[in-house]
Formats: sequence, C-alpha cells, structure tokens
Amino acid sequence: MDSRNFTYMFYGLGAAWLILALYVLTLVSRESRLRRELDSVKRMLEDRERAAKA
Amino acid sequence: MREKILYGVGLIAGLYLVRNLYQILLVLPDEVDQGAIYRILLFHVPAWITCFTAYFLAGAASVMYLIKKNLNYDTFCVAAVEVGLAFTLIGLATGSIWARIIWGIWWTWDARLTWALITCIIYSGYLMLRHAVDDPTARAKNSAVLCIFSYASVIITYKSIDWWRTQHPGAVLSIRTGGGRMDPAMESILFQNAVALLMLAAVMVAVRMRQEETQREVESLRRYAHAAA
Repeated sequence: MDSRNFTYMFYGLGAAWLILALYVLTLVSRESRLRRELDSVKRMLEDRERAAKA
Repeated sequence: MREKILYGVGLIAGLYLVRNLYQILLVLPDEVDQGAIYRILLFHVPAWITCFTAYFLAGAASVMYLIKKNLNYDTFCVAAVEVGLAFTLIGLATGSIWARIIWGIWWTWDARLTWALITCIIYSGYLMLRHAVDDPTARAKNSAVLCIFSYASVIITYKSIDWWRTQHPGAVLSIRTGGGRMDPAMESILFQNAVALLMLAAVMVAVRMRQEETQREVESLRRYAHAAA
C-alpha cells in the first residue's frame, strides 16, 4: 500500500476536525463577545436612567 | 433546562463521532482500489448530507418568514446557513485531499466541483448581505429571498453528476442506486457518521440561534439608547 495514502487520509480527517474545531471556537468567542456587549449596553442604559432621576 | 438538553445532545454527538472514528480507522478494512484514502469519504459524504440538509431547512425557513413575517424564521435561517457553510468547507477540503491521491490533482473544474464551489460562494454572499443591511425587517426580507434562490445552486450541485459527465464519481449510495456500489459495512458507518454530524449541526444551529437573538437584543437596546439620547 502506498504510504502517501495514509498520510493524506490523516490530512483529510485532520482538515475535517480542524474546520469543526475552528467553527466551535468561533461560536464560543462570539458568545462571550455578545454577552459583554449586552452587559455594557444594559449598564449604559441603567446609568442614564439613574442620571435622569438624579 | 434547554441549555442542559443542548449540551447533552452535543456530548452524545461528540461521543458518537469519536466512536465512528474508531470504527473508520481501526475496524473497517482498506478498500480494494483506493486503499486507506477512501476513509476520507466517510466524512466527506456525511458533511455534504449535513450541509444540504441545513440549506434545505434554511430555504424552508425563508419561505415561512415571507409568509408569516416572524423573525424567528430568519434567526433559524441565518444559523442554518452559517452551520451549513462550515460543513460545505469540510466537504470541499476533504474532497480536494481525496482527489489529490485518486486523481493526482487537488482540483478540477468539472460540473460537480464547480457547482459545489459556487454554492459555497453564494451562501457566503448571503451571510455578507446580512451585514450590509441595518434594518432587521429589510435584512430578513432580502436575505429570505436570496436564500430561496440560492437553493437552486444546491439542487444543481446535487444533480450535476446525473446531468453532466463529471470526473467526480457518480452516485454510490444504495438509496440512489438500489445497492451494489458500496460495501454495506462501509455504507452503514457512512450513514452513522451522517447522523452524528446532523446531531452536532443541530446543536450548533441552536447555539447560533441564541446568539442571533442576543445580537438582535443588543441592536434594539442600542437603537433605544440612541433614540432616548
């Protein structure tokens, strides 16, 4: 059996898992960025309301 | 509760994939003509099954959005397209690596491969279009129309091996050929891998939908803040 066959088989399976892993990492990083953004906008609105009352 | 179910399904899908990988690498024998490299196809075909399913559901959700005008359909649509695109990239990458050994080239402009690339570009364009429109209702309407038309590319990609003579192999799965083109043990693992990838894709779509809802909330709070200022 051609040994390139095995090497390229691992490249192929590795590429599939790498793309999956990269996409999962993208999802995780987007999740934390969105939570940060949501918290900061909410905080900004609360600060404004407090300032308006005062 | 919903979150626990989501991560539970994700964990089961991950374990199922690992079990399938064990079967693919250590249990299944080499193929007579292709040797070890055919094992890539046990990820390549399930990846295409997964992305075609995602694009079909995205198209159906787009039709539903245009009928019902409910933004939840738009949320599902963008999540399904994005996840589908990830699996399209897996399909293109694994196919190209397989072709390098079997055909001696990384790529050829035959009908199947070219339409697969066009599909990838069209759905990338769909995601780019969404960034270009600020108003959520206009964005949902425009992208729903594009998503419905984009599905034509999926159909052409799928049928290209029947419509044209291609370097890409013809149909081998028994559901299309009636059997006899692929070893039943290999085909069984292929379908099991497709189930595992579909489960994983479902979890990813659910996570991405939640993110899209959060994004929409952030945008609406920002608009409110600007209007109040």
